[in-house]
Amino acid sequence: MLSRFGRYIILMLKVFRKPDKMQVFWKQFFVEINNLGVESLGIVAVISVFMGAVVAIQTAYNIDSPLIPLKMVGFTVRQSVILEFSPTIISLILAGKVGSRIASEIGTMRVTEQIDALEIMGINPANYLIFPKVTAAMVFNPVIIIISMGFGLVGGWLVSVFTSLYTSYEYIDGIRSWFEGYTIIYALIKTVVFAYLITSISGFMGFIVKGGAIEVGAASTKAVVWSSIMIILFNLILTQLLLS
Amino acid sequence: MIEANNISKFFGDNQVLKDITVRFEKGKTNLIIGRSGSGKTVLVKCLVGLLEVDEGYIMFGDRNFSQMTFIERKKVRKEIGMLFQGGALFDSMTVEENVMFPLTMYTNQSLEEKKERVDFCLKWVNLEDANKLLPSELSGGMTKRVAIARAISMNPKYLFCDEPTSGLDPQTAGVIDDLISRLTKEFEMTTVVNTHDMNSVIKIGDKISFIYQGQLWWEGDKKQVLTTENKELNDFVFSTELTKRLK
Repeated sequence: MLSRFGRYIILMLKVFRKPDKMQVFWKQFFVEINNLGVESLGIVAVISVFMGAVVAIQTAYNIDSPLIPLKMVGFTVRQSVILEFSPTIISLILAGKVGSRIASEIGTMRVTEQIDALEIMGINPANYLIFPKVTAAMVFNPVIIIISMGFGLVGGWLVSVFTSLYTSYEYIDGIRSWFEGYTIIYALIKTVVFAYLITSISGFMGFIVKGGAIEVGAASTKAVVWSSIMIILFNLILTQLLLS
Repeated sequence: MIEANNISKFFGDNQVLKDITVRFEKGKTNLIIGRSGSGKTVLVKCLVGLLEVDEGYIMFGDRNFSQMTFIERKKVRKEIGMLFQGGALFDSMTVEENVMFPLTMYTNQSLEEKKERVDFCLKWVNLEDANKLLPSELSGGMTKRVAIARAISMNPKYLFCDEPTSGLDPQTAGVIDDLISRLTKEFEMTTVVNTHDMNSVIKIGDKISFIYQGQLWWEGDKKQVLTTENKELNDFVFSTELTKRLK
């Protein structure tokens, strides 16, 4: 475990170096923005809408007291979505989708000697393969999370349109009440850290693969498991650091 | 010229290479032969720096490769082309992009110039119309030829081939052997081929080094390999039914 962590640190030292050719790096960077970011927008939008709707319905059903105004539904949905659901749950979803993709892509390159080929050419394979993925995710995941927040809030609003649990006016009034801009900053800081964890851990798992197809599959699973565990752990640490 | 001087390699307690001293000459096709597990792939990986030697050192011309820093090795690696057993073409790139890749990384040539070089390399391996194909659309022989084209795109001084004919039918294997031999002669390269294909040995073996149980057991050329008295080499060379009958 400790030796693996040491290997991860050594790999990261190779990843965070000046790219061999900036022109090639920028090309890879935008390819990864598309592969890891834009291609994830569909699933993020769907999950966010349903997530916001479910939180809204559950909150509305739990407000029994006539002393609590129904605009609290909008307030609760906003706080839940911004503070936790969008940054953490969507990052966990991305750990599954993006993490397995990165680990299997790099792992396959390892077992088919493509990484050796890069090394023979004098190219730093860790930097060439992992650095654009890490930077693209750290730049674009905040955009995904902001979009997710928007769709989450829309999900809660749709409940007001299709049910009589609360009115659209009450919901929107709730969303606008007691808003603190810092919650968005907190969510985005978490997102950037989670993006780094997902891409670096998955890249590492793929990079150290030895063997064949079975080992690539195992690396992909390990990437998702370890990324998820680290997201949960760092969620606790960052929440304590940023909100206490 | 490439020289390995007294090199040894251990994996844990297992010594895979035992004090090997061998010289690979310029303008010749230097073959490393031996049974599976004899250590020839480890030897090639040590030569190109994919594995570090535990004892001894490797010279590329008058440069000590084993004592170089990462940056210094980078310069040498620009002079190396390597053909991997499975081709190791980049899946996400077309044939043209694969061959162009080293040029993109290391030169400031315009796209036109790079394309011209790619066309030249692909013509060399008889794949003029394959530019836009993806590696998944290529046959085994075509994959090896594209890999050769990529290996020579930077006009290397040194060419390493890891079992270039494995998995190919005898005719296609012959084409690959011819290509490697022609390249070596025409571009005056130092070529090192790791193989256990006896057809290749007899056809292109200008200099042959036989590795047995991690040691350099025998050296000679394609004529001497058939007439040697060395028992272990004889067992290896005349191990198939066909070669036994021919003998």
